Amino acid sequence: MIAEAGHYALVLALALALIQSTLPILGSRWRDAALMNVARSTAIAQLMFVAVSFAALITLHVSSDFSVVNVFENSHSMKPLIYKITGVWGNHEGSMLLWVSILALFGGLVAMFGNNLPLSLRAHVLAVQAWVASAFYLFILITSNPFLRIANPPIEGRDLNPVLQDIGLAVHPPMLYLGYVGFSISFSFAVAALIEGRIDAAWARWVRPWTLVAWIFLTLGIAMGSYWAYYELGWGGWWFWDPVENASLMPWLAGTALLHSLVVMEKRNALKVWTILLSILAFSLSLLGTFLVRSGVLTSVHAFATDPTRGVFILLILCIFIGGSLSLYAWRASALKQGGLFAPISREGALVLNNLFLTSACATVLVGTLYPLALEVITGDKISVGAPFFNLTFGPLFLPLMIAVPFGPLLAWKRGDLLGAAQRLIGAGVAALIAVATVWAWTLGGSTFAPLAIGLAVFVIVGALSDLAERIGLFRVPLGTALQRAGGLPRSSWGTVFAHAGVGIALIGIVCETTWNSEYIGSMKPADVARIAGYELKLDGVRSSQGPNYREMIAQFSVRSDGRLLDTMTPSKRNFTTRGSTTTEAALLTRGVSQLYISLGDIADDGRIAVRIYHKPLVLLIWFGPVLMALGGMLSLSDRRLRVGAPKPAKSMRGLQAAE
Amino acid sequence: MNRILSCLFVLVVMAGSPARAVQPDEIMSDPAKEARARDLSRELRCMVCQNQSIDDSEAPLARDLRILVRERIAAGDSDAQVMDFLVARYGEFVLLKPRLNRHTWLLWLLPPLALAGGGFALWSLGRRRAKSGATEDTALYKLTAEEEARLERLIAAGSSSDKPD
Repeated sequence: MIAEAGHYALVLALALALIQSTLPILGSRWRDAALMNVARSTAIAQLMFVAVSFAALITLHVSSDFSVVNVFENSHSMKPLIYKITGVWGNHEGSMLLWVSILALFGGLVAMFGNNLPLSLRAHVLAVQAWVASAFYLFILITSNPFLRIANPPIEGRDLNPVLQDIGLAVHPPMLYLGYVGFSISFSFAVAALIEGRIDAAWARWVRPWTLVAWIFLTLGIAMGSYWAYYELGWGGWWFWDPVENASLMPWLAGTALLHSLVVMEKRNALKVWTILLSILAFSLSLLGTFLVRSGVLTSVHAFATDPTRGVFILLILCIFIGGSLSLYAWRASALKQGGLFAPISREGALVLNNLFLTSACATVLVGTLYPLALEVITGDKISVGAPFFNLTFGPLFLPLMIAVPFGPLLAWKRGDLLGAAQRLIGAGVAALIAVATVWAWTLGGSTFAPLAIGLAVFVIVGALSDLAERIGLFRVPLGTALQRAGGLPRSSWGTVFAHAGVGIALIGIVCETTWNSEYIGSMKPADVARIAGYELKLDGVRSSQGPNYREMIAQFSVRSDGRLLDTMTPSKRNFTTRGSTTTEAALLTRGVSQLYISLGDIADDGRIAVRIYHKPLVLLIWFGPVLMALGGMLSLSDRRLRVGAPKPAKSMRGLQAAE
Repeated sequence: MNRILSCLFVLVVMAGSPARAVQPDEIMSDPAKEARARDLSRELRCMVCQNQSIDDSEAPLARDLRILVRERIAAGDSDAQVMDFLVARYGEFVLLKPRLNRHTWLLWLLPPLALAGGGFALWSLGRRRAKSGATEDTALYKLTAEEEARLERLIAAGSSSDKPD
């Protein structure tokens, strides 16, 4: 009954989406306000029906109703409650339902909070949003229905993949989807602007908060996923240039570029055509990511060819939306008027440079991800494109960008003074040189690249801080005045400082982890001692215990430094009986921002246990960086001018420029 | 979702990153040779895995390949010889960093071309603008009839909720 209700609610949501796709557009053609307003009610109703559908699937999972295929295949009555809930999106059908739920959520939010949007713009945005929604409702209902029943219900389910039975599954996919799907809003705004043939700075001001929200979630989602893999998969790696990861990195790169070009458009009314293109691209890359992950094409081109229904359906959606929006762009973009001239050396120029490097980096990831697939389809040759390729091509594109980051905010709009900006960055440059010299002297004879990269990171961080010091006149005016000015600084300026410093901090973590990571691989028996990076780890013993749906072998290590007991660490291996698979639960010991990491291998017949121990210096900075970036995004989002909205485009534009 | 899928793949193949997979019994006695073996392993793909290097992977095939690499090194092969040996045996697919050839030049050239092409487009656009002596289009700041009407209404109502910042 619940399954049928959920299924029916989804069908109704599709019907509403179809209405929302068409009537508002007709309304805008006929200048009929009532018809245009239909979009608002249908978007909210759609959200309600999808929510019912999603709640139904959660209920089925929580009550372990194994007469539903999806529950039978992915759940188990002994599974802890939290994983029964998160297991809803730990599989293909459920995750697609989460996808459309978030899409409906964003549509509903625009409908509810978009009162200050011009009526026809809102109608168009919601209609475009409904086109995407209709396509994905159809996809779910036709190829991936999560509410299918089994004729003869089994008494027990097959359990969820043990790797996914982790708190990470509760946080990571919803965050990532909020990011992915969030870009649908900027996409809808872009397509609406193309249909209407009108776009101005106010448009950028409406789009920016939505893009920021999506970007914040995507940033946190990627970072969270990276940390999850780091501790759960038990090998201490945090980024693998895996196609699935690349699929989330590409929209992030395009989205970051979009955020920066939106600033130019909002403040200076320039770069319109480009901003529209980026809005389309960011969401297109999200769709591409969905296709790559959901179609099975990554496992093998042949796997895709043997079971093509889902893959072909998503490919069709992909072609229609990307092809359609790009054709619309090619047809209508020239109708958009360009405004806001600027010299190459200016804030706008710096942001254009940022966009150039970010989109090139994005193109690199795209080519590296798709090239092997394309080559295999065309010539039948199989090649691999992995981490060494990306490190070699992506790195060189990112380094110049990092050098440019501190300059951007110090340049004036329209025409900047590069020499002046450089003078104001002398402090950051000196700090960077000191960092290079210190690190180089400390690790004499080691890597030559690492000290330079650390220097660059310090340059970015101190550069971000000197931008702040410059703005509040620190050291030039009395401290009290400076602090007062700091309080009055727009939140978006604080956001820039935090986000840029976050980039530098993440870079420090990445460089330290990859360069000075030390490891111990050996087989140990109880009372053996492993020495690594000044720590002594003694294997105290091994014991087994019984978890709710697994058996566990736990090894206990006592960690000493200079003979003093610091802590004990208990890495374990879990054996999940239902699926007959094992997972490795690594043990982590955090010291400052560095970590000790133990993961267990196999037990030999003589009772020796294979152990891998790593010391990862400053590794936590890799994730603190993105958290800081997201914090910057949130500060920027709370800026008064975005909260207030943009009721009078032209007037508020002038007000803003005066304030700069 | 991405990460989960990648976990799923990983579960199937039990792959990993630095040293996850290297077993204690595989390690060579000469640390310099072991370091070379590790560096080479990071560039070689475990062919039954999802884009993982043999240094990362726990699959039996990866173990065989790791041992093979160490055997070649122990036999006195140079790094290039080890790579050639593996490519001759398993094809280009085994390399995580594809070699530059007829089929891959596009792959290697596209990233720098994207940057150069983008840079050139910006430069020519800037030049064209400078030549045409474009001025800012004031028509952009004009309001539509609908907005004018709304502005009128707002002014008439003396609304306080719509103050610009």
